[in-house]
Amino acid sequence: MSFNPAASTRKAGPPTAFINARIVDPETNRDEPGGLFMKDGVIADLGPHLRRNAPEGAKVVDCKGKLLCPGLIDAQVFTGEPGYEHRETLKTASHSAAAGGVTTMIVMPDTDPVIDQVSLVDFIQRRARDNAIVNILTMAATTKGLKGEEMTEIGLLKRAGAVAFSNGKTSIANTRVMKNVLLYARDFGALIVHHTEDPFLAGAGAMNSGEVATRLGLPGIPKMAEIITLERDVRLVEMTGGRYHAATITCPESLAIIRHAKARGLPVSCGVSINHLTLNENDIGSYRTFLKVRPPLRKEDDRAAMVAAVANGEIDTIVSSHDPQDADVKRRPFAEAADGAAGLETLLAAALRLHHSGDVALPTLLRPLTVNAAKLFGLPSGRLQKGAPADIILVDIDEPWVVNKDLLRSRSKNSPFDEAKMQGRVLRTIVGGETVHEFSAPDRR
Amino acid sequence: MASTAQKSAKSLSHRHLLSTEKLTAPEIEFLLDLADKNADSPPQAEKRREVLRGRAHINLFFESSTRTQASFELAAKRLGADVLNMNVSTSSVTKGETLIDTAITLNAMRPDIIVVRHHAAGAVELLSQKVDCSVVNAGDGAHQHPTQALLDALTIRRAKGRISGLTVAICGDILHSRVARSNINVLNTLGARVRLIAPSTLLPANPERLGAEVFTDMWKGIDGVDVVMMLRLQRERMESSYVPSTREYFHFFGLDHEKLARAKPDALVMHPGPMNRGVEIASTIADDPRSVIREQVEMGVAVRMAVLEALAMNLPKK
Repeated sequence: MSFNPAASTRKAGPPTAFINARIVDPETNRDEPGGLFMKDGVIADLGPHLRRNAPEGAKVVDCKGKLLCPGLIDAQVFTGEPGYEHRETLKTASHSAAAGGVTTMIVMPDTDPVIDQVSLVDFIQRRARDNAIVNILTMAATTKGLKGEEMTEIGLLKRAGAVAFSNGKTSIANTRVMKNVLLYARDFGALIVHHTEDPFLAGAGAMNSGEVATRLGLPGIPKMAEIITLERDVRLVEMTGGRYHAATITCPESLAIIRHAKARGLPVSCGVSINHLTLNENDIGSYRTFLKVRPPLRKEDDRAAMVAAVANGEIDTIVSSHDPQDADVKRRPFAEAADGAAGLETLLAAALRLHHSGDVALPTLLRPLTVNAAKLFGLPSGRLQKGAPADIILVDIDEPWVVNKDLLRSRSKNSPFDEAKMQGRVLRTIVGGETVHEFSAPDRR
Repeated sequence: MASTAQKSAKSLSHRHLLSTEKLTAPEIEFLLDLADKNADSPPQAEKRREVLRGRAHINLFFESSTRTQASFELAAKRLGADVLNMNVSTSSVTKGETLIDTAITLNAMRPDIIVVRHHAAGAVELLSQKVDCSVVNAGDGAHQHPTQALLDALTIRRAKGRISGLTVAICGDILHSRVARSNINVLNTLGARVRLIAPSTLLPANPERLGAEVFTDMWKGIDGVDVVMMLRLQRERMESSYVPSTREYFHFFGLDHEKLARAKPDALVMHPGPMNRGVEIASTIADDPRSVIREQVEMGVAVRMAVLEALAMNLPKK
């Protein structure tokens, strides 16, 4: 198993007992008052017996009944390193992640240069080890330069530590190339993560196709662009047996394809971005470019269907799809503005909306944010279990706050949630036994 | 069946040699025995020049080839034939003549044997239907290359003393390989066990139906084999997304010392040539004592002489 070297070189804090906590482990469905004891960077013990009694010699943290759960694993994070460091570096992204309760982030290969070579995977791992405060893993490009033409060295890249392969923000349009990628990846047990959007059908579209786009006079992206590519991909999985994860789906039609594929026993899974669970196309209002994302925000019915799918466990991963963009590329006419929304720091708070609205139970909500991703990418974290890495967060799920983009730690401020009311705040983030973030009000760093 | 398989026939029951599929074990043994004699007798033996004396032998190569064409030419000349090499680039083919018209034109010249290589599978068989002489397939697309399989079998038989019971791994671009398809037939017919080793992208559909065990992990596929037969990987395969790079290909599917150590200690290493050193085979292994790649070339002439001789037996007397 490949794992971030940062975890091994991080110095674990002193043996610490978290007592008087609400312990939630999404893997085992545990949700009970109790405590957790960590030592040498791993979870040494947990359970109701530690609620009041800390092991001798341990530093004691009274959680005051707040939520203690695994740190989030964010399976889709775009940074600007290398190539666009003015937007985000691995370091700034990791600080944003820590503040948001994300203890492991998987960074995408859409950089300059594209992460399509062994030496570049190595570069990301070294930079992460030296500069980041959370675990950083990388996906490597599926095709050279993300051009969708020639596959990358999937075998050697996987060996170097790439946890999966992605064509980034673009779909592989050439069906033969996609077939060969899935077939070849199968030999190595490599996971192919794919953005599903037919580039020809999407064309120059700027937002979801429909009434809102029509009224705004913006070219639309039909959701069929997503559905057709996903359907094709699933047929190719059927043909090749390759492991496949649809990066972010947005509509019930896509969900039906995934459901049907799983029922047939195909190695298929899907993710959804937090944006598509909490926002819809109406939020674009009068051309708010911070809500211009890819895939585009859909209708309210689509969003509601995605939330229902989280509630019944059909969504495998919830990702921030954190995509920092600076003012230069965002302050433009809507159709010309860059896609992407910052989201690492608001991921958990936004996700808790689904819990507070009564739609999704807490362990069910945390599963696609933690252990599901761990299983998909073969990571030991994402669960509260003896021997698992002490990647843990302490959360006050009720604390109200208002997002102020200027206080976000990301180097880019393109949050679609600016000025939004949130309920739920990360109090402490622990990575490998070390506290990397602690909330202190007023939070002005 | 096993006992009759070892017996050799007295002649070939075909007018053409188009494929290894229809060859019986006695026929293959007959050809190998004949070739064995050729290999052991002095190359300039005057007596053999009578075999094809006065016969017209045409090498018709639509696809460029150096070694196969030279090998056939030498074989035919040693048997006393009049050899004509048709250079396709200067022939009427480039002027738009169809394959069938070419066949009819050549047939009018009353040749006795035509050796054909063509880039399209089935082209040689099509041509054979339009001529009155014997036709030898020197490679048609990804379909067949019978004389290569026969010379490989002869090389193995001479080195190992037998073919029956051996395990032979064929490794590389099976999808595009006529050598693999021809060899699978011959080796299976002679009682060897065949393994195919390739990334899934370089395997045809249902490869196991060819009568072989299939491996996508070379370390497993090569385990305990008697013979390792490497195939050439063409550079074009990288551009068409069959494999990512020569570096990765060599790492996982190239024959190096580490992987070869898994085969039997006395395993033979073979390659139909031309080799890409450092792509499918490490340079030091190509020159290793276990390599019989040079012998394969030598056996090429002997086998082609045997094939021509066997076909000549069936030609009408002059």
